[in-house]
Amino acid sequence: MSDHEYTPTSKVGKWFNDRLPLLTLANHLTDYPTPKNLNYWWTFGGILTFCLITQIVTGLTLAMHYIAHADMAFESVEHIMRDVNYGWLIRYIHANGASMFFLAVYIHIFRSLFYGSYKSPREIIWIIGIIIYLLMMAAAFMGYVLPWGQMSFWGATVITNLFSAIPLVGEGIVTWLWGGYSVDNPTLTRFFTLHYLIPFLILGLVVLHIWALHVPGNNNPVGIDIKKPSKDTVPFHPYIVIKDGFALLMFMIVFAFFVFYSPNILGHADNYIEANPMVTPAHIVPEWYLLPFYAILRSVPDKLLGVVAMLSAILILAVLPWLDTSKIRSAVFRPLYKQFYWILVADVLILGYMGAMPAEGLYLLIARVATAYYFLHFLVILPVLGFKEKTLPIPLSITEPVLGGSTNLAMAKNKESLDN
Amino acid sequence: MSDKKPERRDFLFTASYAVGAVGVAAVVWPLVDQMNPDASVKALASTEVDVSSVKPGNTITVLWRGKPVFIRRRTQEEISEARSVKMEDLIHPEKDEDRAKDPEWLVMLGVCTHLGCVPLNDKGDYDGWFCPCHGSHYDTSGRIRKGPAPLNMEVPKYEFVNANTIKIG
Repeated sequence: MSDHEYTPTSKVGKWFNDRLPLLTLANHLTDYPTPKNLNYWWTFGGILTFCLITQIVTGLTLAMHYIAHADMAFESVEHIMRDVNYGWLIRYIHANGASMFFLAVYIHIFRSLFYGSYKSPREIIWIIGIIIYLLMMAAAFMGYVLPWGQMSFWGATVITNLFSAIPLVGEGIVTWLWGGYSVDNPTLTRFFTLHYLIPFLILGLVVLHIWALHVPGNNNPVGIDIKKPSKDTVPFHPYIVIKDGFALLMFMIVFAFFVFYSPNILGHADNYIEANPMVTPAHIVPEWYLLPFYAILRSVPDKLLGVVAMLSAILILAVLPWLDTSKIRSAVFRPLYKQFYWILVADVLILGYMGAMPAEGLYLLIARVATAYYFLHFLVILPVLGFKEKTLPIPLSITEPVLGGSTNLAMAKNKESLDN
Repeated sequence: MSDKKPERRDFLFTASYAVGAVGVAAVVWPLVDQMNPDASVKALASTEVDVSSVKPGNTITVLWRGKPVFIRRRTQEEISEARSVKMEDLIHPEKDEDRAKDPEWLVMLGVCTHLGCVPLNDKGDYDGWFCPCHGSHYDTSGRIRKGPAPLNMEVPKYEFVNANTIKIG
């Protein structure tokens, strides 16, 4: 951004821009050179921004009617659903919006995994992304507690009890988190406070995420470094804006389907029963987006090790740029990695399914195998693959595969022989 | 590190950082400690329960400090079953004699020591309790026998105020 020269045409614009270069920033964002081969998997960044804004706007409006008190929270949510003008709509958008947010973030993460977007020089973008993902999970969990239904209460109990696995100080930490000897009113009020705070922290991190992205520029499906601006790039506006906008419309159709036609399908009926500390529901299941990690937690028979395994499953992603030893970014040119990638996708889906099933018999066995494979992928397969895999020759530019047989191809062949 | 000799100024820097750190810690602690149980929560530390209506083989559940407490009047079979278990068969060895002062009455927190769910009465492989969340089995003394829970269900501090009343806490 520092190399950006821009002078506003109007006198007022110039006067303002000399004092606060907002117009320079706006010009940077519109002219920002983007690889011209970005496919629809790259539209989820914009979709995620939309999701965050939607959650903040609907959340603010819900907070005008919600009462964070153990005796009144459940009733106030029903009041929103029945009495508040369009309350049902705002709440259903907010509740399903969380699921849509995670749907989009999982696609966004798996896109990075496929095209190697986490690799040098984009490690910081990736790590900020993982922090955002962790904050999203915290916000979603605490938001789920606020309606004070049975799943809210027992979900909060089970998740906060994870900390009791820490030796020596665990029980003290849990009491501190609760503000009492069980999940109760003090827990609810602090969860509401944090649930309100976290989206703004995420917003700040999103700014850093995009800032860090704009330093090296976007990765692309071919995964090669490109010259910017050049024949390989197009300006962000209007090309990417239009493409992102179209993808967002498609996404909003899916979103609207859930909100209007099956607003409760992603929730649990038990959460329409008010919290009761005397009775635990027969099946405690987290929201769908946390199920793979829940399956990992349950597949380890030891309490502390189960918690450690679950946290490691998430944190291992933060060191992924260093676990993947391959210099080639895109799976397009990594025939073996491409297969392991799809096995990992299947593995995570299997874990998710097992997380929803009771932890016994065959389910437990499959969950254990899938858990072992998950760690095997990151800790063994990825590091070894970088050395063993015979990758395909990568083109020198995005244009080259289209202009096959040109001088570029000779250059590519030449480069390949240099590589070997 | 340079081999420059420490000066008066280095001492001032170190001393300033040290005093600053103590100041920050002093300000942070109230902000952290405000989340611990407050005086009104601590004030609810004990509760008295009338158990005169509990028949042998029945369990009542009462709320103490926001947590369920099981009070079970055990039958002779349950007592002998609990007392005949060998210590080496237990995950968390505790004698039933130590858990139930009066063998007829078992008083314990109805909270699974795994992740805090409420176990179900008269369920599971050991005729005691079964936790539906992650499948822990407890025996007639509330001791963990099978499943992911690491400890026996906790016996709180309690006493008989008179023949019919138990004071928990």
